[in-house]
Amino acid sequence: MFDIQTQLFEGQDIRFGPIDHEKDPEIEAKWTHDSEFMRLMETSPARPMSAAMIKKQYEKLEKQIEEDKNLYHFMIRVKADDRFIGKASIYWIEWANGNGNIRLGIGAAEDRRKGYGTQALGMLLRFAFAELNLFRVTANVPEYNEGAIALLQKFGFMQEVCRRRSLERDGRRWDLYVFGLLNDEWRNRVRA
Amino acid sequence: MNDVFAGKLVRLSAFDPEEMSKAFTRWNLNSEYQRLLNSMPNRMQSAKSNAKWMEKEVEEMSPESYFFSIRTLAEDKLIGELGLDVVNWAGRDAFVGLGIGETEYWSKGYGTDVMNVLLRFAFTEINLRRVTLNVFEYNPRAIRSYEKAGFRHEGHLRDFLNREGRRWNEVYMGILREEWMELNNQAPGAVGGG
Amino acid sequence: MKDLFRGELVRFTSEEPETRAKAEVRWQRDTEFHRLADGDPAQLSSEKKIKEWFEKQAEGFQPKRYSFCVRTLAEDKYIGFLGLWVDLIHSEAWVGLGIGEREFWSKGYGTDMMKLCLQYAFTELCVERVSLGLHEYNPRALRSYEKCGFRLEGRTRKDGMREGRRNDTLWMGILREEWLQMQDGGHK
Repeated sequence: MFDIQTQLFEGQDIRFGPIDHEKDPEIEAKWTHDSEFMRLMETSPARPMSAAMIKKQYEKLEKQIEEDKNLYHFMIRVKADDRFIGKASIYWIEWANGNGNIRLGIGAAEDRRKGYGTQALGMLLRFAFAELNLFRVTANVPEYNEGAIALLQKFGFMQEVCRRRSLERDGRRWDLYVFGLLNDEWRNRVRA
Repeated sequence: MNDVFAGKLVRLSAFDPEEMSKAFTRWNLNSEYQRLLNSMPNRMQSAKSNAKWMEKEVEEMSPESYFFSIRTLAEDKLIGELGLDVVNWAGRDAFVGLGIGETEYWSKGYGTDVMNVLLRFAFTEINLRRVTLNVFEYNPRAIRSYEKAGFRHEGHLRDFLNREGRRWNEVYMGILREEWMELNNQAPGAVGGG
Repeated sequence: MKDLFRGELVRFTSEEPETRAKAEVRWQRDTEFHRLADGDPAQLSSEKKIKEWFEKQAEGFQPKRYSFCVRTLAEDKYIGFLGLWVDLIHSEAWVGLGIGEREFWSKGYGTDMMKLCLQYAFTELCVERVSLGLHEYNPRALRSYEKCGFRLEGRTRKDGMREGRRNDTLWMGILREEWLQMQDGGHK
């Protein structure tokens, strides 16, 4: 079925939107002060950032999107009140090989465990497979991020690699898992 | 996992060049503060001039340099600044420097609390094996504070400073990851803890 | 202390941007070499462009990147390169190498280069692990890396496509303890 009607950027409770350079920096700056969130979201060291610093990052990001053409970035907003709650992106896209990496995170602690992550991942995958026509997507997750692992498995991702003791945090080393999902696999699940 | 930014009295917060350049200019009007912190002769710098070097350093986001502002948990007041610079990746050692510009917060345990938070960040987020600092012989308050945080004396550069007509030593102190972990009863990956 | 830069068949050197560019311009023409070494589409760059790229690379000391050229001990011939990218925070080094001169394939040169690299990574950079990726259609490299002590950690399925066929990327890693044990075990 050739469906061009179903909205790519509108979900049940959330939507994908562009960066709001005026309002978003302050909100994202707050998330960077939450080291628990940052340690789930990033493998690079947690660093608190100011709104001004985030604003500069947004500018760099949009420049990169335009120049490198291998990156898509979305801000996740709650439809009811347009609140900025997280971000989702597809990066390291290799067009010739048809692959890309995905990442997403809900920054506001009070907005987690509401199913928004599930909705966002569903939309992100549809964009990757039905709009970018990628053959597969990859996600890298540290072994301590049980929430992300559960979410990926829900969508049928397969754990393909265990990079043993690749990360160090909180005084010990951790494995990093690499998960993959193929376009066919996604299509079959969505149809089912 | 542990919150690596919060202590008991303070939290580490963003080092925003616009805010910090103004704070630095204000704090540096106090020559006692400058003399405790800097080995270079006191001078005055405008906020604009401070902002220039800050912006450059902060924007780089190098894995070798970390800058924080220090804010009180109670009033969320900006009271000082903190920097961590990795000098040797093979040895995993970094220099730490901190300054509490708001003098009413001296001698109340804030310095020790900042150092405790910093050490947790250094050992469990940057994964260093040791932290080094130097402090001037005529700053016994700071030396006591660092001893409380677990730093040990490692030596001193004799007659390094020249102030008020006499020479002073620059004291070197260091703490190893194992020592810090033992002090804080840190089992690897433990949740909670001070 | 050992000579870090001298192996049994090769040594690590630095080369001038002109030298590197001249060799690179020849090596990039070899489709098989490119397809074994790289995942990006093959392309042909001018010597000028390549030289500029190498010049830019050499600027300043970058704590994250270590780049070596490789010369044979016997003929002192410049045959390839080896690069290390270090994640300083997590103490993990990624390695990539290539032998541009085909007549030196399948003769142990790659293995010698990798052994030298691991010694450097573990005893000088003092990293906790070394990682690499390779194409599933490169069994020669797989054997060489296994000889050096790398273990297969998984494969990302069908993430590359060439000649109409989808191929997996294999991922390997070696931990510091594993490498140290190999040294004690008398492996040469």
